[in-house]
Amino acid sequence: MPTLLRIGVSETVAYRGEFLIWMLTTTMPLVMLGLFTSVAKTGNFKEYSSADFVAYYLAILIVRNLTGSWVAWQISEEIRMGTMSMRLLRPIHPFTAIAAGHVAAIPFRAVISVPVAVILLVTSGAQSLTTDPLQLALLLPSLALSWLITFAFLFALGCLAFFVTKAMALMNLYFLLFSLLSGYLLPIPLLPHWLRVVSEYSPFRFMLSVPVELMTKAMSTTEALVLMAAQAGWAVATLGLALGLWRAGVKKFEAVGN
Amino acid sequence: MIRVQDLAKHFKVHKRPPGLVSAMRSLVRRTYETVKAVDGVSFTIERGERVGFLGPNGAGKTTTLKVLSGLLHPSTGTVDVEGFTPHKRETRFLEAITLVMGQKSQLIWDLPPAETYAMNRAIFDVPVAKFDQTLDELTQLLDLGPLLQKPTRQLSLGERMKCELAAALLHGPTTLFLDEPTIGLDVAMQVAVRDFVRDYNQRHESTVLLTSHYMDDVVELCPRIIVIDHGRIIHDGDLRGLIKQMDPDKRVSFTTTDTEPDFSKLGTVMKRDGQRFTLRVAEAEIPAVVGQLLGPLKVVDLAIEDPPLEDVLRDMFGKAKPP
Repeated sequence: MPTLLRIGVSETVAYRGEFLIWMLTTTMPLVMLGLFTSVAKTGNFKEYSSADFVAYYLAILIVRNLTGSWVAWQISEEIRMGTMSMRLLRPIHPFTAIAAGHVAAIPFRAVISVPVAVILLVTSGAQSLTTDPLQLALLLPSLALSWLITFAFLFALGCLAFFVTKAMALMNLYFLLFSLLSGYLLPIPLLPHWLRVVSEYSPFRFMLSVPVELMTKAMSTTEALVLMAAQAGWAVATLGLALGLWRAGVKKFEAVGN
Repeated sequence: MIRVQDLAKHFKVHKRPPGLVSAMRSLVRRTYETVKAVDGVSFTIERGERVGFLGPNGAGKTTTLKVLSGLLHPSTGTVDVEGFTPHKRETRFLEAITLVMGQKSQLIWDLPPAETYAMNRAIFDVPVAKFDQTLDELTQLLDLGPLLQKPTRQLSLGERMKCELAAALLHGPTTLFLDEPTIGLDVAMQVAVRDFVRDYNQRHESTVLLTSHYMDDVVELCPRIIVIDHGRIIHDGDLRGLIKQMDPDKRVSFTTTDTEPDFSKLGTVMKRDGQRFTLRVAEAEIPAVVGQLLGPLKVVDLAIEDPPLEDVLRDMFGKAKPP
């Protein structure tokens, strides 16, 4: 595993231009931050103050940077072009191999945006951040689970390329649902009631919103632990989905080209 | 050892005639046809054999290699490679085989080959001492020294192919599936790769199954060939046997000084290039014809050869009809 991580780091450094673009494309929370702080300037919007919005969107930016993934594109492209063949010849599950590369990339992806966001968060939105020791202790495991749910869900989405030629058309649908239901565009409490219910029972909330809620929301111990248990449940479910779709897909693999 | 019994691999392919109307129609109703890429193939290859797998484009060679290396699940039939069922892709199976595809790269594109080698070492769990020894050996045999630290994208095709071969062999596989390993290489590099494969086969008593469009690869490397066409085996045996079976006549080439020569009584004139002739002569008549040519007809530079494999295969594929 250390070798795989080291190679992942080398690859990340080799693709530095691509990573700069990736980083710039994850700044949507800053746009939403600008929008909602001006809305909340004259008074609270729903229960959110201007400082709450600052804290919320900067926390979203941090979590998105640490947990976002491009694995669906990678897998579907490898399947479509037939280069997946080379992975299948190695005695390591592609989920593990690709995950190692992605984990290695996290520090590089976050190297600029996260420190900036953390400084801003602490200086402008500190009063909206939690100081509860349990919530702070749960933050790191929650971030890890968010990463895993996102990675496994997108891995499963990428595996659809085993069954349909242009699986990436589904990515637009994914991104629409993700933006709406994960808290990426709007805090979940600001959604209409029915969408809020959908969000709470979808994996999207657990990909992004849960660590942010742990950072910014006051919650009871039970509430925090239930949230973490649900997140762990989604991690197991999406992991099962990813590995199941992989197993079914490999049987249909046509190893195109050459 | 490789055992293949009644192997078939069928693909379902979406079929659509050209044009906007048929494009719109295919949105609602799709028609599929079944392509029988491999259709009932059986053969056995013993450990240490070098076997050439020949056939025209689309004959089923690469599909068979992909099934043998575990990339594809067979539609029907059984496959056994070194005691394993390939499509289960068990770790010990993957450690025992390798697949080199001339048109696909396993090297990490933006990093030097040394990084791919390090990754393969970790994944295949090769002990460091053994890895270093094998890499030294491969570096020497394939002259990789100057290439190891260069990003793969900056290597020439020939350099990349040599690095691919090393990447494929670092874990010490005992069965080698080589799919067009010399494609795009110049003649000198083709010879180097061939020599290397032969040497590896002899040193490690490894089994080699090779496909190539370059007949020289097959002639030089493979005492046995399997010819496949339309997904079916149409010959399995030694190369000379195939040539003899398809075209038992010899080719007699020579140069004459005669200004108005007429050799039609000695055999069929197949080729004339200035004063150089090539005759097709039945094997039984060779002594008499050669006697005539070297005696009264005073020709020089006489050579007797089997028909070129390319010609034999062209005739063979021309005759084979799709099932």
